[in-house]
This record gives sequence, C-alpha cells and structure tokens, in this order.
Amino acid sequence: MNDMNDIKHHLHDEILLAYSAGALPEAFNLIVATHLEMCDECRAAAQAFDSVGGVFLDETAKVSMSKDALANTLTLISKMPGIKGSEPQNKIPNPLAAYVGSSLDDIKWRPIGMGVRQAVLKTSKSATARLLYIPAGSVVPDHGHRGTELTLVLKGAFSDETARFTVGDVETADQSLEHTPMADIGEDCICLTATDAPLRFNSWFPRLAQRFLGI
Amino acid sequence: MAEDCAQEVMATVWLKAPLFDPSRASVSTWIFTIARNKNIDAFRKQRRPEPEDLTWGPESEPEAVDILTLQQETEQLRLAMSVLPDAQLALLQKAYFGDLSHSEIAIETGLPLGTIKSRLRLALEKLRQSMK
Repeated sequence: MNDMNDIKHHLHDEILLAYSAGALPEAFNLIVATHLEMCDECRAAAQAFDSVGGVFLDETAKVSMSKDALANTLTLISKMPGIKGSEPQNKIPNPLAAYVGSSLDDIKWRPIGMGVRQAVLKTSKSATARLLYIPAGSVVPDHGHRGTELTLVLKGAFSDETARFTVGDVETADQSLEHTPMADIGEDCICLTATDAPLRFNSWFPRLAQRFLGI
Repeated sequence: MAEDCAQEVMATVWLKAPLFDPSRASVSTWIFTIARNKNIDAFRKQRRPEPEDLTWGPESEPEAVDILTLQQETEQLRLAMSVLPDAQLALLQKAYFGDLSHSEIAIETGLPLGTIKSRLRLALEKLRQSMK
C-alpha cells in the first residue's frame, strides 16, 4: 500500500505531532495510522517527530527505581509472550483491518439518508471513528463541525468546496469549514472519518436524523 | 503505577531487541515509541493503531553508512533543539510529555490556543530549517 505517490492532501503537522506524542484519541490514531500505511511522506514525518521525542527522553533527568525493579522486570520478561512476525497483508490497510476485519465487503452498513451509509467503529469515547459509504454521484448532507474532522479516502474519490480528494488523501476540517462532500460520478466512495465533536448539519432533516443516529 | 509502567517498558525493550534497526531510529527514539505506547495502554486505556512495519526485503542487514547517517542526523536534531527559544522548547516538551492536547495545554498555561499553535509551528519550522 506504500506506492501511492499521487497523494496530494497530507496530515497536518499538528496532528502528526500529537500522534507521535501519544495525545490523540483512539479514533484519530486509527485514521493517522491508516494514512501512514498509505503515505511514505507522512510516515517519514511521523518518524521525525518520534526522533524529537527520543531527544527529549535522552535529556530527561534520571530517576532511581525501586530495589526489586530488576527482579520484577525479569519476571515480566519470562511471562510475556514472544514477539510475533508480521501478520499477513490484508486487502485493506492493517490498522483499519484490526477494527473491521480483512475486507470492506464484510462491513455492516446502516443507512443515514440520501443513499449514504455509515458504520461506526468501536473506539474510546473521546472521539468517533466511522466509515462512510457514499454512492457514486451522491452527497453527504451539508454539514459543519464543532471540533476537528479528518476524512481519509479508502476507495473512489470525493470533492467538496475546497478540493478533490482521491485514495490516500486526508481532508482536515475544523469549525470554519462547512462543506458538502460529493462522490465522483463514476465510482462509489468509501471514507474513514474521525470527529472529536458531533457533526453539525445545516438543514432540519439531517439534524433530526443526527439526534436518532448519533452522527 | 509509573514504576510498573517503566518495568513493562524495559521488559518489552528486552523482548523486542531483535527487531530494533539502528539504521531507522536511534535507541532513544525507539525506546520513546515503546514507552509512549505503554503509556497509552496503561493510562489512557485505549488501543493505539500503528502502521505495519515496512519490510525491506528478506533479512536485510542495516548498512553501516545508514546507521552513521542516522546518528549524525540525531545529533543535528539535538543541537537544533538545544538552540530553540526557551518558550518554544518548553511548549514542545509539554506537548510530548504532558500527555495533553493543545487545547489542554492552553488551559494549563493560560496562553491562548492560537499562541500555542503558532509557537509550536515556529519551533517545528526552525527544526525543519536546521535539518536541511
């Protein structure tokens, strides 16, 4: 999955830094890890951020540990399972496969109106990860955001008021963006999204749906 | 709790040592990533999805020249960080070790979120310049 050289929309530094520091909610970690598996450029940037963490770690003052720390550690080592080799490659990026299984065909979709379907993934509560299925030529209802929303294209392509996004691209949206993503005419579009606050739909109908469907 | 966590990190480092590749990360960076992941497991109680490790062909031994380059780059980064203005370095450190989001840092320091974001951006920009 790492030969996609035509990715145009990358992760922002702010998100990559927070990923490296371990400060993101699980839903955002998932989308970042999935994008990194598709994008060598962002993967290299993430490794650079890890090196900054490494330098900080090096310069941290030493703290002494308890007297039985070594004995405890040796006991832990004897109890821990050995290191496994790499898992076989899945048809979808590995980080995502851990949440949805090995194929996009196995996902249980729920309709959310206007032909669009979603599957909410099980992550920690501070942010929500979901897959969106947008049939070719369909639109996701016009919406704004209260927090940050990342959208990663897994299949097909969509366009909104800002740009066109194809496989591997990530759109970073915040409060200031209200958009109406529309899938390309030729192919259904599947995206992974992460939001840290509920989406804000701009017409009364989706807002009603929002109340019932929790999106 | 911190002590348990540190012991688990040491045990993981021991067990994963055969996977360490000195041409791709310094020892400190590698230990940092293991400690960070352990911290997320233990304190945030959530999973941390990670990209699959890239494999570079069968049983490739890291090249000595790659290891040396990485050591030089690490030293260059350490130098670049040591000359960052104090305010920027302090924020960067908080972003790494305070386990805080940028908005949480804003609350803790009393600085506006915009200031935090622009200071961090400046710091990263400087590091990037000096790594060229």
